[in-house]
Amino acid sequence: MDVLGRYRNLIVLVGVLFAQVLGLAVQVKRTTDTEPTRLIRIWAVGTVTPLERTLVWVQTSTRNVWHNYFYLRGVRAENRSLKAQIERMNLEQVRMSQDADQARRLQALLAFKEQFISHTMAAQVIGSSGSELSRAVYIDKGESDGIKPDMAVITADGIVGKVLRVYGSTSLVLLIDDQTSGVGAILDKTRLQGILRGRPSGEVVLEKVMSDETVPAGELVLTSGGDGIFPKGLRVGRVTKVSPGSELFLNIRVHPSADLSRLEEVLVVTKIDERQAEPERTSAARAVDILAERLPTVPPKTENTEKGDAPGAAAPGTVAPGAVAPGTVAPTTTGSDAKPKAAPPEASAGSGAPAARKTLGAGATGTDGMKVPPKPENAEKGNAPGMVAPASPSSEAKPKATPPQASASSGASAARKAPGVITAAGTDVMKVPPKPAKAAVEPKPQPPVENSPH
Amino acid sequence: MAITYTSGEQVEVYRFSVPATVLIPLTAVFLQAWLPLRFHFFSNFDLPLLVTIGFATARRSPLAGLFTGGLIGILQDALTHHPIGLYGISKTVVGFGASSLGIKLDVENAASRFLLTIFFYVVHEVVYFLIARGLVGLHMAWSWPHELLSGVANALLGVLIFMLLDCVKQRT
Repeated sequence: MDVLGRYRNLIVLVGVLFAQVLGLAVQVKRTTDTEPTRLIRIWAVGTVTPLERTLVWVQTSTRNVWHNYFYLRGVRAENRSLKAQIERMNLEQVRMSQDADQARRLQALLAFKEQFISHTMAAQVIGSSGSELSRAVYIDKGESDGIKPDMAVITADGIVGKVLRVYGSTSLVLLIDDQTSGVGAILDKTRLQGILRGRPSGEVVLEKVMSDETVPAGELVLTSGGDGIFPKGLRVGRVTKVSPGSELFLNIRVHPSADLSRLEEVLVVTKIDERQAEPERTSAARAVDILAERLPTVPPKTENTEKGDAPGAAAPGTVAPGAVAPGTVAPTTTGSDAKPKAAPPEASAGSGAPAARKTLGAGATGTDGMKVPPKPENAEKGNAPGMVAPASPSSEAKPKATPPQASASSGASAARKAPGVITAAGTDVMKVPPKPAKAAVEPKPQPPVENSPH
Repeated sequence: MAITYTSGEQVEVYRFSVPATVLIPLTAVFLQAWLPLRFHFFSNFDLPLLVTIGFATARRSPLAGLFTGGLIGILQDALTHHPIGLYGISKTVVGFGASSLGIKLDVENAASRFLLTIFFYVVHEVVYFLIARGLVGLHMAWSWPHELLSGVANALLGVLIFMLLDCVKQRT
């Protein structure tokens, strides 16, 4: 008894340590499905996260009050810049939607199934695991909000991680830079696939890429969809360093696109749908329509009509929807005697849209019904490449190109790049003089003739 | 400021009120989970460890120290996605060691507290490393410079925290 009393502290220490080691061994052995420690975790999370939630709420409210009511300096300038950005993006979207349409048509031909994110839920990051070796964060959405384990968590910049554990009103999100995480990834250009993992130091590496492959630094890394958690094509990060790794694989370091150390708001992907790819049936917005909305409206000149301009052709300084934008092509009017006229300088001046260059590059967005590939070999001097009016066999019209000085006098950079705006309809094949050096965007090769509505 | 050897009769033994015993470790765990989100460098600190050492050295009871450390560690473990027990075991050892050493050493002055914190920070990291690698199978790299620097940083913060704890501790 004396011995027990003398070594009581030591015996208790050994007992407590033994119990914990035993518990640890049981947890390591068992799978997460029958998690024996769930109750302890629920208590701990239930104790700590309400405090975090309150603090985050106070912080957000204070910040909102400050930003929304007191600190409004620079909002006008920001608003202007955002509007300009929206316009640029609208035009970019037109170009991209055409590419997407084409991709969809091809996918439909090949009976591809595409995955897309159909529902997301915004969540706020309220806390972390508090350990360098457990890179995980808590969000303020849980089981009651419909969150389930293995849902993908993303931001606008890139992927963040996946939901690991779900509690009543909070969830634990395992970040992609944790050493126990794994994401199926693919390199954007080389199309090499690998597994993205975290390192104990916090680095993110792409594994399982063979050492005989060439991976340039700076290449974009996307999700491959192979893990069944992240949909294909989401941005992961960029390759920062490539070095020979162990065995036959490369050691590819990746810098995550999302700033994992400063997460505030994230999106939980609550639903991913899979559908058969089919071509878009609705007509997409066209660059001309978007440009037309911004152009000043000038009453149409009657002499244009008298001289044989087809209805729908652009009046000087005006681009009607479905008609002509600077740098694009007039719609077809079959059987017209109209002589195609080059756009007067005012037409170019009215555009004032640098973004129109993108429309040019997109290739033949101005036509209503047909797309004709650029024919540089037949082109006359003065027109931009890719601007072709559709053929009309019955027409006797001769195209006139805008004199270069007319365009140059306009304030529109787009028009300067595309001096040969052709406004007339009902012409024979219009010859387009190529000016590749001045073209802002390379014309894309288009299918020869396409009867798509856009 | 030398670390002086004192007999068991000479040392002061303190206790903490129930609210302080409950709220201080909870606050430490909460801040440890919340602050790294706003200040990333804070992930190098281990507030619950500092509170464990502070409680253990003030109480000077090995049993109280090991249980306090164990509970704080388990609470910390429960917030991570790793098995529960990694921090629990490490802090149990630290709690026991700090209180046992607190009986023999004068831990009332800042210098001894500073050195003691560096020592127990390294002990904590070594125990954690061994368990994480040996029992759980986590891949971990050991770096002496990093551990020592983190130990110094934690010790500096620890001295401040021990001063705050001095304000709430009561003489028995």
